[in-house]
Amino acid sequence: MPDIQEITVDDLKHLVSERAIQGETVLLNMGPQHPSTHGVLRLLLELDGEMVVNCIPDIGFLHTGIEKNMEAKTYAKAEVMSDRLDYMNTVGNTLAYSLAVEKLVDLDVPVRAQAIRVILAELTRFQSHLVWLGTSALDLAAMSMFLYCFREREYILDVMEMCSGQRMMTTYIRPGGLWRDVPVEFEAAVRNILKTFPRRVDEYEALLTRNPLMLDRTYGIGKLTGEECLNFGVTGPMLRASGVKWDLRKDRPYSGYEQYDFDVPTRTEGDVYARYLVRLEEMRQSLKIVQQALDKLPMGPVRSNNHKYVPPPRSEIGVSMEALIHHFKLWTEGFEAPKGAIYSAVESPRGELGVYIESDGGPKPYRIHWRTPSFDNLQSLPLMSKGVLVADLVAIIGSVDIVLGDVDR
Amino acid sequence: MEKNLQPIVGKLEKEFGVTASEYRGDVCLVIPAEKIVAACQQVQGLGFELLSALTAVDYWPEEQPRFHVIYQFTSVAMNMALTLRVPVPGINPSLPTVSHLYRNANWRERELWDMFGIKFQGHPDLRRILMPADWEGHPLRKDYPLGYEEPQFTFNFEEINSRKPYAKE
Repeated sequence: MPDIQEITVDDLKHLVSERAIQGETVLLNMGPQHPSTHGVLRLLLELDGEMVVNCIPDIGFLHTGIEKNMEAKTYAKAEVMSDRLDYMNTVGNTLAYSLAVEKLVDLDVPVRAQAIRVILAELTRFQSHLVWLGTSALDLAAMSMFLYCFREREYILDVMEMCSGQRMMTTYIRPGGLWRDVPVEFEAAVRNILKTFPRRVDEYEALLTRNPLMLDRTYGIGKLTGEECLNFGVTGPMLRASGVKWDLRKDRPYSGYEQYDFDVPTRTEGDVYARYLVRLEEMRQSLKIVQQALDKLPMGPVRSNNHKYVPPPRSEIGVSMEALIHHFKLWTEGFEAPKGAIYSAVESPRGELGVYIESDGGPKPYRIHWRTPSFDNLQSLPLMSKGVLVADLVAIIGSVDIVLGDVDR
Repeated sequence: MEKNLQPIVGKLEKEFGVTASEYRGDVCLVIPAEKIVAACQQVQGLGFELLSALTAVDYWPEEQPRFHVIYQFTSVAMNMALTLRVPVPGINPSLPTVSHLYRNANWRERELWDMFGIKFQGHPDLRRILMPADWEGHPLRKDYPLGYEEPQFTFNFEEINSRKPYAKE
C-alpha cells in the first residue's frame, strides 16, 4: 500500500489564476457531499468574494469500472450492468445496449416489442425529467415541487414494476426484444398516466414558469451558444436550449420513432431558464408519443425467433429438444458475435447516449465503451460558471441535469 | 455508405492515402498517429462539429500496434457519422492532443490516460480523472486483472478486515 499523496495547490497551478497563488482569492471546496451537487460531484472553486473566478470539477467518486466488468461477461449477462450507469434512465440504457448488440449481430426486433420499447423509454424520460425538475427546483428553494414530482414519479415506477418486477433496475429490454410481454393491466395503468399527467405538467408551469423568484434565479444565467455546445460535445436539452435542433429520435430514428408525430422543442437563449422550458415541453411531447404508441400498439410476438441469439420461451423447453439445446447454450456460453466494431447511439433524457462495442468473434464484448452524455455536459461547467455568484452556480449545476453514475461509469 | 458521405470519405482517402472500411453502415478510416491532428482539422473543416466519442481498444499481447484509439465524429448540420482509428504502439504510447480543436477531448483524453496509459502530447491538464490521483496501473488495459472483493462472513470478518486498505489515522 503506497502512501497517499496529497494534492496541493502546486499541482493545480495551471488551473487557477495568478491571484489564487498570491492568496488574493479563496479556494473553496464544494462537495463531494453537498446537497446541490446531485450526488458525489466535487468542485474546487476559486472565489473572489462571492464571485466564481474558476471552477474545477473533480469527478470519479462513483467510478465502479462498469466497462471493465462488462468485458468479462457474456452479452446477455453484461446487460444488467448497463442499468446501473445512469440510474435515472435505466430503460434508456438497456435500450441503447440492446440496439447496439442487435446492430452488431444484425438482429431484427418484432414491431410490438419496438412499440413497447418506445412507450417505456418515453415514460422513463418523463420520470427522469420529473426528478430533474424536483431536485433543481429544490436547489432554488422551491420545496413543494420536489414533493409533487416524486408523487407523480411513483405512478411511472409502478408501471415498471408491473412489467419487470423491478422499479428501477428493470433489464426488461433485451437484445432481440423484451424479457416477456406486458401484463394485461399495463394498458389501463398507462392510460391513467396519460389522463392525469398533462394537467400535472400545467400545474408545474403555473407554479414555476412565471414565478418572479424563479425568473430572478434562472434568466440569463449560465449561457452557452450553439457553437460552444457543439465544441464541448454538449447534447440533449442543453443543446436544444441553445438553438440547435438536434434530436436523435428525429434525426437518426431508431426503434420505430419515425412513425410518431412529435415536436422537438428548441429555445435560442441558452440559459438556465431556456433549459427549464425545453425540458418541460419535452415532458409533454413524451406523453404525446406514448399516446400514439399505445393507441396503435400492434399484436404479435415480443421476442425475435432467431434462437441463435435469443433464448426460446420457457414453454417450448419441455417439448422441443432444439429449444432446450439453445436455452442451455445461450445461458452457459452465450452467443458468438461476428468480428467487428459498431457505434450506436440513442437520445437519453440528457443527450446522446452512445455504445461502442468491439467484438473479436467471441461470446464476450472485447471492448465496450459508453459515451455518456453527462460526462461531456458537465465539462462545460467551468465555461458556464465564469464570473457568476455561488448561488447561481447551484442553479447552473441543476440545469445541467447530471447523474453521477452516468459521469463516472 | 450514405450518398452524401461518399465525397467526404473520398477526399479524406486521397489526402491521407488510406482506404475506408465499412461494417453495418459505420464508415471507418485508419489514420497514422502523426497525421491525426491534421485529419481532425480536416474533418472539422468538412462539417463534423461534434466529437461524439473518443475511446481506445487494447489488443494486448500484440505490441505493434497495441492500442487503437477511436474518434467518433457526428455532423449535426449534415446528419452524418464518421469514425477514425489510430494505431498506437505498446511501448511508450502517445498521441498528439486534439483538445484545442474539440474541447470535450480534454476530459476524454484524460480518461484515456487514466484507463489505458496513453499520453497525449500538448494536453493542457493531463491528470487522472476517474481513478484516484495515486492509483497505480491503468485499469482498462487487458493485462490488468479484473479484481474482486472478498465477501466477509462472521467467521472470517476480522481476518479480511485486517487486510483491507483503509485510510490510516
